[in-house]
Amino acid sequence: MEFPSDLMYTKDHEWVRIQGNTAVVGVTAFAARELGDVVYVEIETEGDTLEKHDVFGTVEAVKTVSDLFLPISGTIKEVNEALQDQPELVNSQPYGKGWMIKMDVGSDPDISDLMTAEEYTKLIGM
Amino acid sequence: MATTDTQALRRTVLYDEHVKLKGQIIPFAGWEMPVRYSSDLEEHLCVREKVGIFDVSHMGEFLIKGPSALALIQKVTTNDASKLTPGKAQYSCFPNGKGGIVDDCIVYMKGENDYMIVVNAGNIAKDWDWINKQNDLGATLENVSDDYSLFSVSGPLAAATVAKLTDMPVGDLAYYTFATGTFNGIPNILIATTGYTGEKCFEILIPNEHAVKCWVDLMEAGKEFGIQPIGLGARDTLRLEMGYMLYGNDIDDTTSPLEAGLGWITKLAKGSFIDSDKLNQQKADGLKRKLVGFEMIDRGIPRHDYVLSSGGNVIGKVTSGSQSPSLKKGIGMGYVEAAFATEGTEIDVIIRDKPVKAKVVKPPFLKR
Repeated sequence: MEFPSDLMYTKDHEWVRIQGNTAVVGVTAFAARELGDVVYVEIETEGDTLEKHDVFGTVEAVKTVSDLFLPISGTIKEVNEALQDQPELVNSQPYGKGWMIKMDVGSDPDISDLMTAEEYTKLIGM
Repeated sequence: MATTDTQALRRTVLYDEHVKLKGQIIPFAGWEMPVRYSSDLEEHLCVREKVGIFDVSHMGEFLIKGPSALALIQKVTTNDASKLTPGKAQYSCFPNGKGGIVDDCIVYMKGENDYMIVVNAGNIAKDWDWINKQNDLGATLENVSDDYSLFSVSGPLAAATVAKLTDMPVGDLAYYTFATGTFNGIPNILIATTGYTGEKCFEILIPNEHAVKCWVDLMEAGKEFGIQPIGLGARDTLRLEMGYMLYGNDIDDTTSPLEAGLGWITKLAKGSFIDSDKLNQQKADGLKRKLVGFEMIDRGIPRHDYVLSSGGNVIGKVTSGSQSPSLKKGIGMGYVEAAFATEGTEIDVIIRDKPVKAKVVKPPFLKR
């Protein structure tokens, strides 16, 4: 299982890629495996400005429902529309085409709660 | 003195095989069972298109024998067991004396005065106590649940798989019948065409000492047909697509067989049995609520315990729900007030505080 070292991670099993003022957010390969086959991703918070740890959406697998928690405070600018028709991308390409939202996090986001790949793999016992 | 200690989870004799096959183990009905080996969707479709094998050894088996065997079965179950002939099985349930259901079950007639009842894993102790309590007729009862493993081989290629290990004409067996003979070199093995998936199904009852070898040999026999082991996840979506009940979800000690749509196994004409008076009365009075199937019109996935509503008023609750892997939409079952039980009625499922449109349909959801 892969945990790219250029990403940051949360204890809720989301990953974050920060590029300038933008953060891309998805769920980790570990989360995708634990959930099982993802069949529905519901994110209706586009345009909302939310605090870190707020629920920004829900991911549903065949047998499970899980809330999605925001890793950083900011404004949700874009939701990955491809997941509407191909939610399975969350399982097959969790760090690529399976991304979930893009956020505006400003120039100085609070990343104090985030983990490195090494810290995250230790957390999940990999 | 009673303690509140959590009971230790049990394992079937196949546990090590499940781990070897990378089964993801979860607690279920007091047992450690594989929820999936690869993916729920893949396993589901493997049973619909090819063949899958389930370890259902956690289920219970009771033997009922002697001159009063039939009388006891007639007393404790709703279906009419007098209609059985040797080699036939019937779906049935145990009414609980209060209008609810102790468990659902399958009754097998092996011969004159010789029956077997297969019950749900989580209810073995409860069912056993209940039947013994009702046995003022002197039938001989034996709980052999710990002696046997039970496999279910299911799918369009199930007969071809099982036939490689037996001379019994398994392909010719009609639905809900069984044969006894030599399987994989072991004499006196019962193979039944009962099942829980909607596909051709062979349930094979094997003494524990032969179980691991039979599992391995069935996997090998099915290799050329693409056999996969199937976990509880796909088992649940397979049964739900057919509208089959799951005890503890769709039926329980508080639901009447008639409300659950089990009128077809509730033979009030057979004479007196536990709760027959209550059920006759209920039938005469008309049902206040009914278990219905529904499919989502708008996008959403119904789940156990979600509220069902109409025009903002609560009309019932979801008992089972999932995304249907075959239909690729949300399907579910739930109890609603009788006025909303008609096919085609539009209802709302409350998903994350929002009403999402669904319509009442008659199961099976998956039409053939």
